Amino acid sequence: MDIEILSRAQFAFTIAFHFLFPPLTIGLGLNLVVMSGLWMKTRNPIYHNMGRFWTKVFGLIFAIGVATGIVMEFQFGTNWATYSRFVGDVFGSPLAIEGIYAFFLESGFLAILLFGWDKVGPRLHFFSTCMVALGAHFSAIWILVANSWMQTPAGFHLAKKIKLTADGVQHPYSAELAEGTFKIKEVPLPEDYILQQSDLDSIRAVITDFWAMVFNPSSMDRLVHTILACWLAGTFLVISISAYYLLKKRHIPFAKASMRIGLTLAAITTVLQFWSADSTARGVAENQPVKLAAIEGLADSTTEAPLGIIGMVSWERDDDGNIIGINESALKVPALLSILVSGDFLHPFKASEVEVKGLNDLPSDEFILARHPDATPAEIKKIRPDYWPNVPVVFQTYHIMIACGVALFAIAWLGLALWKTGRLWVVDSKFTRLYLIACIFSVFLPQLASQAGWFTAEMGRQPWIVYEILKTSEALSKAVRAEQVLFSLILFTLIYLLLFLVFAYTLNTKIKHGPSDDVSGAQLPEKWRSIAILEKERHDNSE
Amino acid sequence: MEFDLPTFWFLLVGVLFTGYAMLDGFDLGVGALHLFTKTDDERRIMLNSIGPVWDGNEVWLVTGGGALFAAFPEVYATVFSGFYDAFMLLLFALIFRAVAIEFRSKQPGRFWRRAWDCGFAGGSVLSSFLIGVAMGNVVWGIPLDKSHEFTGNILTLLHPYSLLLGLTTVALFMMHGNIYLILKTEGELQAKLGRWVKITIPIFMVLFLTVGLITPFLCPHIKTAFNERPIILTLFFTLALLLAFNIPREVHKKREFRAFLSSCGTMLSLMTLFAASVYPTMVFSTPNIENSLTIYNGSSTEKTLQFMMIVALIGVPIVLTYTASVYYIFRGKVVITEESY
Ligand code: HDD
Ligand code: HEM
Ligand code: HEM
Repeated sequence: MDIEILSRAQFAFTIAFHFLFPPLTIGLGLNLVVMSGLWMKTRNPIYHNMGRFWTKVFGLIFAIGVATGIVMEFQFGTNWATYSRFVGDVFGSPLAIEGIYAFFLESGFLAILLFGWDKVGPRLHFFSTCMVALGAHFSAIWILVANSWMQTPAGFHLAKKIKLTADGVQHPYSAELAEGTFKIKEVPLPEDYILQQSDLDSIRAVITDFWAMVFNPSSMDRLVHTILACWLAGTFLVISISAYYLLKKRHIPFAKASMRIGLTLAAITTVLQFWSADSTARGVAENQPVKLAAIEGLADSTTEAPLGIIGMVSWERDDDGNIIGINESALKVPALLSILVSGDFLHPFKASEVEVKGLNDLPSDEFILARHPDATPAEIKKIRPDYWPNVPVVFQTYHIMIACGVALFAIAWLGLALWKTGRLWVVDSKFTRLYLIACIFSVFLPQLASQAGWFTAEMGRQPWIVYEILKTSEALSKAVRAEQVLFSLILFTLIYLLLFLVFAYTLNTKIKHGPSDDVSGAQLPEKWRSIAILEKERHDNSE
Repeated sequence: MEFDLPTFWFLLVGVLFTGYAMLDGFDLGVGALHLFTKTDDERRIMLNSIGPVWDGNEVWLVTGGGALFAAFPEVYATVFSGFYDAFMLLLFALIFRAVAIEFRSKQPGRFWRRAWDCGFAGGSVLSSFLIGVAMGNVVWGIPLDKSHEFTGNILTLLHPYSLLLGLTTVALFMMHGNIYLILKTEGELQAKLGRWVKITIPIFMVLFLTVGLITPFLCPHIKTAFNERPIILTLFFTLALLLAFNIPREVHKKREFRAFLSSCGTMLSLMTLFAASVYPTMVFSTPNIENSLTIYNGSSTEKTLQFMMIVALIGVPIVLTYTASVYYIFRGKVVITEESY
């Protein structure tokens, strides 16, 4: 098999598996801060029990996140060595910063969060909870900066190594000169320089402006969007498990209190997510028009571009099987895409006149001509599909994500309405039961949306690994052979499958075991009891 | 000597990997040792002696990898893709070790616990061994072409010298873990560990002396380095030796903490010795020495090194502060509680 396909499959599989866990810890981290904060404020032991229970769940998820994360840190070097050489000057920094500022913070304070109950006081424990949550968010920030730079590179230029002889003449890097007669120098290349395969030995991306790299055109949008997605993942885990207890009529006070926290966070976050999704999509329209056309399945450039809701896209092929276009059939809302892309919701009629480019015009003729200088118009048309991502797939993944988002919004707000009208706790009502069952399964929706979103973002970037600069096919490790990757991919698959089963089994045991129902305060660590009782008295007196 | 950024980064990456060896070293050692006790209670005490800290210790490796990527991308790419199979094995070992710690005590079943105990021990031994083999190859040299691509295969990496270094690393970590355990346990278990240390220390010493004596004769690059800086190399070799000899003395006098510090000191001297004998090269190329990767031809640009130096100078002291605080909070003997693994 082809090493490119295998390496991509391995990367996709390992990162998709890794990304099942960090969203949960990021989102649970937020929930833990809220729970511990409520305990600090009210001194109600129920919040303490809550913190204890969710901390244990957190620890379990965290361990798998760590085990699978180490794989990611190494894989850029093992499978994408040419990429690592090419972008190391730019891309390595955020990864190193992530290690120094995020992973140490998180793992250090996690020790106190998990094992420190009897060792530290309540305040330091609360502080540790906040630091763990902060660390989890930091790691998301830096890894997303790195990834966003691949999507919309900024703050760098390409530089070429040359050999400079004493007489000031520049020779190509590959020139055979006698040892000691030359110096190796790196010279910047013009901005519109187009990378050739043969350049890869002597050209690399070199940072010019660190903050422009960090705040590249897509990083803020994608950061907000992903972190909100993580909050949803953690929050719906809380909602799901609480709904399960409500249905089973176990740990009722605990489940009610957890459900209130979960639903409040979910209701706010789903709304924020729509706002952020809109901004993210507009960013894609601006920075990666090919990706936008692909995820919307738009063949021809048009004004009043419609927005697809659900449908099918398939390749249109010529007699030799070459891709020449797409066939799309979908349920659509007329003109909505044009309006969304313009962002001008106040003047929908004017906004609908905005033209959205379709795949048949993307990438532009100039772009293709620059890369294939001698191409005739007919050849340009034939070359164009080489620069398209896998449209049938990204169209679907994108719409799965949107459907999940809408469903999450509905569940959160329906829950809020049921809670405020008091019907949520009437577990014997048929409607409430149905709703709670939906809640139990809702934990899968943010996960599905996140995975679908990432497949949209990453497959939609193809054939580029660094957008419009370096191709994925050029980025592989030259020292690695296909059999090696095949072998490691098989092993990863087996090990991760085993891991997942054991994880599900253990999580299930934890949930079945459940939190403590003891609200007398006897659950508190010994050292905390006297402080807690004193503080509670003070608190009660002051009210 | 004027300030040289690549040298600064060479030292910093060295500090990160030394931190990893000193800290995760005892985790790995505990893992390698813990099958030798048979009762569940004793195993749990051993496991929980590293319970709160093993994850933080592993971050030293992750951050070392990240720093290597940022400062020396060529080295990162060459070594990681060149040692592909070895690194994949290392990853599998680290995964099994991490999840074994987490899962082991979550179910009471005997088979369940046995199986994860084997995962924990096997993962620990294999990781230590592979780390040693990788170091061995860096010292020995690997075949590189003009663009610094590795041209050998896994068999190129498994020569007697690197295997010997792998064994030595396992022995070193086992000794280190053994001393750490004496520090964290009490009573009968501690007495038992005191007996083990009489075996783990001599094994390490024999291997260490063997490596120390054959390296300057067998490794051509180290021979050159030895001729260039005989005093520094001899100094650190002697220091490592003295500190290692000090360990049994401290153990005998029941000064466990000093024994542990001695063991850390041994590792620090060993890593310094290692760094001093390769500097300024990071990966030797054999047979074509001119294709070697040095801190100059493998590094990022000055701009990145400079910026990241500021980042590191701010970040590392903060990290050290709270890492030390965590160790301080969890000082003392292991007590099994409801939260323990
Ligand atoms: C709970 C998770 C979740 C939900 C409900 C949504 N998304 Fe999303 N989406 C993600 C989770 C996510 C993600 C996993 O976090 C991605 C992958 C890459 C990224 O930056 O965020 C993403 C990417 C992503 C991209 C591609 C960004 C890129 O390629 O750089 C677009 C255009 C959208 N989203 C748009 C939407 C829209 C219009 C939604 C309508 C409801 C939506 N997302 C809901
Ligand atoms: C966490 C969620 C992520 C998921 C689910 C994900 C998914 C994917 C998928 C599916 C591919 C294969 C695309 C294809 O070959 O068609 C891919 C490739 C890749 N991704 Fe991501 N990705 C994620 C995050 C990241 C991040 C944060 C980075 C960088 C810091 C990254 C870097 C890469 C690289 C280097 C490749 C390989 C080259 C390529 O195929 O383009 N990914 N990822
Ligand atoms: C959007 C994608 C990603 C996000 C949001 C993310 C976030 C996180 C978080 C929050 C953790 C802490 C462990 C946990 O909470 O489960 C973690 C662990 C880890 N991640 Fe990822 N990650 C992503 C992708 C990646 C990639 C591409 C890499 C490779 C460089 C990576 C490397 C690691 C490592 C090495 C760890 C272990 C850290 C430790 O020991 O504490 N992650 N990740």
